[in-house]
Amino acid sequence: MFPTMIQAGGNKMIEIQNLTKRYGQITAVNNLNFTVEKGEILGFLGPNGAGKSTTMKIITGYISSTEGSVKVGGYDIMENPREVKKRIGYLPEQPPLYVDMTVYEYLDFVSDLKGVDKRKKAGQIKDIMELVKIGDHRGRLIKNLSKGYKQRVGLAQALIGNPEVLILDEPTVGLDPKQIIEIRKLIKALGNEHTIILSSHILPEVSAVCERVVIINKGEIAAVDTPENLSKGLGNASKFSITIAGPKSSVISYIKEIYGVKYVEAGAEKEKDAFSYIVEADKDVDVRRPIFYAMAKAGYPIIELKSLSMSLEDIFLQLTTEEKEVEA
Amino acid sequence: MQAVFKRELKSYFYSPIAYVLIGLFLLVGSILFFVFNLASGYADTTWIFMNGIFILILMIFTSVLTMRILAEDRKNGSEVLLLTSPANIVSIVVGKYLATLVVFLIMTAITFIYPLITFVFGAPFTAEIVGGYIGFILLGASFLSIGVFASSLTENQVVAVITSFVMMLIMWIISGVSGYFGGTIAKVLNWISLLSRYDDFNRGILNFGSVVYYLSFIFVMLFLTVRMIEKRRWSQG
Repeated sequence: MFPTMIQAGGNKMIEIQNLTKRYGQITAVNNLNFTVEKGEILGFLGPNGAGKSTTMKIITGYISSTEGSVKVGGYDIMENPREVKKRIGYLPEQPPLYVDMTVYEYLDFVSDLKGVDKRKKAGQIKDIMELVKIGDHRGRLIKNLSKGYKQRVGLAQALIGNPEVLILDEPTVGLDPKQIIEIRKLIKALGNEHTIILSSHILPEVSAVCERVVIINKGEIAAVDTPENLSKGLGNASKFSITIAGPKSSVISYIKEIYGVKYVEAGAEKEKDAFSYIVEADKDVDVRRPIFYAMAKAGYPIIELKSLSMSLEDIFLQLTTEEKEVEA
Repeated sequence: MQAVFKRELKSYFYSPIAYVLIGLFLLVGSILFFVFNLASGYADTTWIFMNGIFILILMIFTSVLTMRILAEDRKNGSEVLLLTSPANIVSIVVGKYLATLVVFLIMTAITFIYPLITFVFGAPFTAEIVGGYIGFILLGASFLSIGVFASSLTENQVVAVITSFVMMLIMWIISGVSGYFGGTIAKVLNWISLLSRYDDFNRGILNFGSVVYYLSFIFVMLFLTVRMIEKRRWSQG
C-alpha cells in the first residue's frame, strides 16, 4: 500500500480537488482544482476576499473544507492531518507570534511544538535566524520588534522543522520596499528546496517570484498559467496606440496599406491636428518600423507610439472585474 | 504537550498576573489565618479553607488565571500556529491546563505555612488538614477546568472570566439551595455540586467517590474544550 501512495503523489506535492468551503449561505471557495509540482513556486493571486486565505487555511488544516480533498505529499488532510501538518510551514496573514517571548525563545518553542530533534534544534534555529536576518534580535521581546521584523520572525517560524511545503499568506504586506525586495529574494531562494504557495494581491510580486500563477476570483479559479503567458494575453494580435499629426483619412489609408496591419481605428484629437490611432497587427510582424517610414515619407510626424501589450494588471482586472457590479 | 505546558507556565511568570493573583490569594488567606488561628488561638486551619470568602477568592483566582489561556491565542492569531502544528488538540489543551494547575499548586504549596505554624505551636488534627488540602486541590483543579473551558468559548478574555465565574457561582449556589429542597432533588444537587463534596474533605473524610467525581468533572470539561476547538474548525474561519 505504501508504494502506491508514493506513486499517487508522484511529482505532485499538493493536490487540490473540488475544494469547496461554505459559510452558511456564502460560498467562500467554489470547486477549486489545481496541483502544485514539487519544487514549484505557485502564486495565488486575487483581489481581497477572493478566497485565497480560506484556501490556504484549508490546505494547512486550520479549518476544514465543506467538500473536496486536499493532499500534501500524498497524504489527505482529513485522513492524515498529522502527516500533512508535518510537511507544511505556514505563515498566515497575521504572523502567529507570542509577543511576550523573545525571538529565540519563540523559535525554540516552535521547534518543540513541531517535534524537531533536540540535538538539531539549536543549529537549525541559528541557521534560520541567519537566513531571515534576525540573528541580531534574538534576545529581544517580539512585542518590541517592528512590523517588518515580526514578519521575518513569522517566516522563520514557518521554516522551523524544514518542511517540504511553505504556505505564505501575503508575506510582504506591511513591509517597506527594501524589505519587500529582500523577502522576495529569500522566497525565491527557498524555492530551490521547498514547494511554495504564495498569495498576494500585488501583481509585480507574483510575476517576480512565481513560476506559475493561479488567479482566483470570488472563490473560483479565473486562470492558471505562467506569468509570461498571462501577460502575452489570450489573443494573437499585438496592439499599439499611435498619435500622428496629419489628416485622419489619409493617415488611415497609409497605415492600412502596411503589411501585417489588421485593423486601424482613429481616436480622439490629442493635440492640434494630431489624432491617436489604435493599430492591431499580426503578432509575428513588427509594423512599427514600416509605419514610421510611411509616415516620414508622407510628412506626418509621429508624436507618440506605445505598445498596448497586456500587462498582468490588465489580465487580472479583466478576469476579476467582470462581475463587480453583481458583488456591489 | 510539553512545549505548550512550558510556554504557558513561563508566560504566567513573565507577566505580573501570577504574582498578583498569588499575592492576593495569600493576603486573604493570611488575614483569615490570623483571625481564625493566631488571634483566637485555634490550631485547626481547615476553618480557613471552609470559609466562604476563601472559596470566593479561589473562584476569582482560578477564573482570572484561566481567562487568557485559550482566548488570547484566538485573539492574537497564535492559535493558528498551534492548530496547524503536528501537535494534536488534546495535547495542547492538556498542556495548557497543566500550566494553570502548576501555578495553582505553587500557590497552594505556599499556604502550607499556615498548618506548619500551628503544628509548631499547637496540635491540629492531621487528618482534617491532609483531607482538606486534597479537597482544596481537587476543587481548585475542577475550577481551573471550568476556566479553561470558558476560555475556549470566546476570544474575549472579559467574557471568558465572567463565564467561568458564573459557572463556578452556579456550582456554589447549587449546594447552598439544596437544603431548601427535600429528598431526591437535594441529593441530586448535592451530588452535582463541587462544593458539597468539598466539605467532606475538610471534615477529614476521604470519600473515594468524590475523588472520582472531581477527576471525571475535570475530564469532561477538558473534553468539551477539545470539542469546542474542533467544532470551530468545522464551522467558521
